[in-house]
Amino acid sequence: MKQFIAFVNKEFRHILRDRRTMLIILGIPVVQILLFGFAINTEVKDLHVALYAPSPNGFTNGITERLHQSEYFTFRAELDDPIKMEESMRKGNLDMMVLFDTESEAVQLIINSSDPNRGSIAATYAMAVIGGYQQELAGITRMPFQIEVENRMIYNPEMKSAYMFVPGIMGLVLMLICTMMTSVSIVREKERGTMEVLLASPLKQGTMVFAKTVPYLALSLVNFTSILLLSYYVLGVPIQGSLGTLTLISVLYIFLSLAFGLLISTLVRNQINAVIISAISVILPGLLLSGMIFPIVNMPQILQWLSHIVPTRWYIDIVRKVMIQGLGWAVIWKETAILIGMSLLLVGSSILNIKSRLE
Amino acid sequence: MIVVENLHKTYSTGLGRKGKKGKDNGNGKGDGDRNSNRNGDVKALNGVTFRVNKGEIHGIIGPDGAGKSTLFRILTSLLLPDEGPSKVTVAGYDVVRDFREIRQIIGYMPGRFSLYQDLTVEENLNFFATLFNTTVKENYHVIKDIYGQIEPFKDRRAGALSGGMKQKLALSCALVHRPTVLFLDEPTTGVDPVSRQEFWEILDRLSEQGITILVSTAYMDEANRCTRISLMQAGRFMATDTPKGITESYDELLWSVEGERMPALLAELRAHPDVKTAFAFGDNHHVTVKERLSVDALREYLTGKGFNEVRVTPIEPTVEDAFMKASMEVLNGNE
Repeated sequence: MKQFIAFVNKEFRHILRDRRTMLIILGIPVVQILLFGFAINTEVKDLHVALYAPSPNGFTNGITERLHQSEYFTFRAELDDPIKMEESMRKGNLDMMVLFDTESEAVQLIINSSDPNRGSIAATYAMAVIGGYQQELAGITRMPFQIEVENRMIYNPEMKSAYMFVPGIMGLVLMLICTMMTSVSIVREKERGTMEVLLASPLKQGTMVFAKTVPYLALSLVNFTSILLLSYYVLGVPIQGSLGTLTLISVLYIFLSLAFGLLISTLVRNQINAVIISAISVILPGLLLSGMIFPIVNMPQILQWLSHIVPTRWYIDIVRKVMIQGLGWAVIWKETAILIGMSLLLVGSSILNIKSRLE
Repeated sequence: MIVVENLHKTYSTGLGRKGKKGKDNGNGKGDGDRNSNRNGDVKALNGVTFRVNKGEIHGIIGPDGAGKSTLFRILTSLLLPDEGPSKVTVAGYDVVRDFREIRQIIGYMPGRFSLYQDLTVEENLNFFATLFNTTVKENYHVIKDIYGQIEPFKDRRAGALSGGMKQKLALSCALVHRPTVLFLDEPTTGVDPVSRQEFWEILDRLSEQGITILVSTAYMDEANRCTRISLMQAGRFMATDTPKGITESYDELLWSVEGERMPALLAELRAHPDVKTAFAFGDNHHVTVKERLSVDALREYLTGKGFNEVRVTPIEPTVEDAFMKASMEVLNGNE
């Protein structure tokens, strides 16, 4: 036990004395949260729209008026003919043209889809406005019946993208730091030759690797806290479910990542390989296959299967359910069981892989 | 204390000569030329046999790549020897089967500085004391001689120490648990002559306390400070004896030749039919000759070749001469 404590102390000293690395570790989540929160915004607002109505009448005025009421559109009155509009759109300054044909009472929407997401959202907004106007007209001209659609967005009523990426960043950052730092710190002992002295001492290899994980567990809890504080106070993401459940699940996930780091460290011989392997095996699947950015249900079947082995996917799933939807154990037990299973597998295989000699 | 019989060690590189070898070595030095077979396997130790008694300082003398570090790593239980009819024990413990016991009683100082550079002198020492379930206080008397010299710098980070002080700290850390057997792999490489001198004085005192020491060095002059030495080359022990025994069993006629234009002189000596070997040896050349050649005859011959003021004197052999002779025999034997 004394050995274990002495080793943990030593590890803390390594970390505390390497100021730059420590700043990076503690800074990554802050920077990521702020970047995703402010710089990267997937909400579409301030769509630039120009109208062309050669001979205005009630029909064109009605639609124009309603489009003006929408908070999503900014009108460009100076673009008063289709040629100017087209030129502006080509330059990327205009998102949508609304062209009226008064004779046949038709509206044409020309939408700049160079950003498909923005384009399709612009179309949806405009159609909704026009559709609403048509319903109004229908109400006036007496129809046998009327379908009223009311939608209510639950869990994320304001459609804030922060609700999406905060769980994603937690999943990515926690795993990246735990995996990379653990594997690097073990491999560093091999690279600097200190492993030779450690092996030639009575210290058990198991004691060593578990002592290595303690400081990173502590650092990760600091990161977990700072992510939650930032997302709650700065981005306004609520914590609907139990904070205790969320913390417990995160500790489990951190433990899994530490075990993964241990496994990598038993397989590589130098720090560069440790960094490259942990970065590739965490960031790529963490970004692409976890559902953080791209919805899993839209993926080709084979990638959906593949996503099952990505722990980040399950963790993000749980965090969304607990943090955003406010659900409890009854809903997340399956994902939790999967994470526990994965952790045991990783811990087991890294213990089997730990060598008591240099080869 | 240490018994080694017929020890073999083969590194399988799999990738041929370039592959894993450099990484396995781990101390930044190449392994030099070793016998390698068709599969690219490298034979690092080839039938090493020797014995070290309690309290002895046993020196392993050999150039870089002779296999010294591999031998140390096997004796410290860090590498496995090749399977086969061999016996390798330290204090009666088998290096493969009883590796846990061995790790309790040995002190090991690897060939390259292997302490934590970002920890202070004192932190390093305390850490290694705790690893061996002891404290600095408890065993202060063991390390007092050596640690006393670096104690004024105990709050300095190990990375900021000079080469000699680093080695003293490393030795303190290897000694802090009062080991029965001490393994020192090239402890004086890169250390200034004064510190080297001090280092050997400390080893003498440790051996007086009954600690068995196995030490490797590439410096031939350090050989005389050992109780016994083994001359090592290409994974083999060429001779094992006391330093005196090694030089006394040297049976060649050995002369020192000095003069001007030393490189040309060396070439001329090697071309002489009655000169067996000639090596540059500091500021003179050491030559071994056939019995029919006389000192005067050689001097006249060299003068005749245009070398003025050549001095030829018969000299007593040193360990290095014995080493050169033995390794020539190994090389010729291999051909």
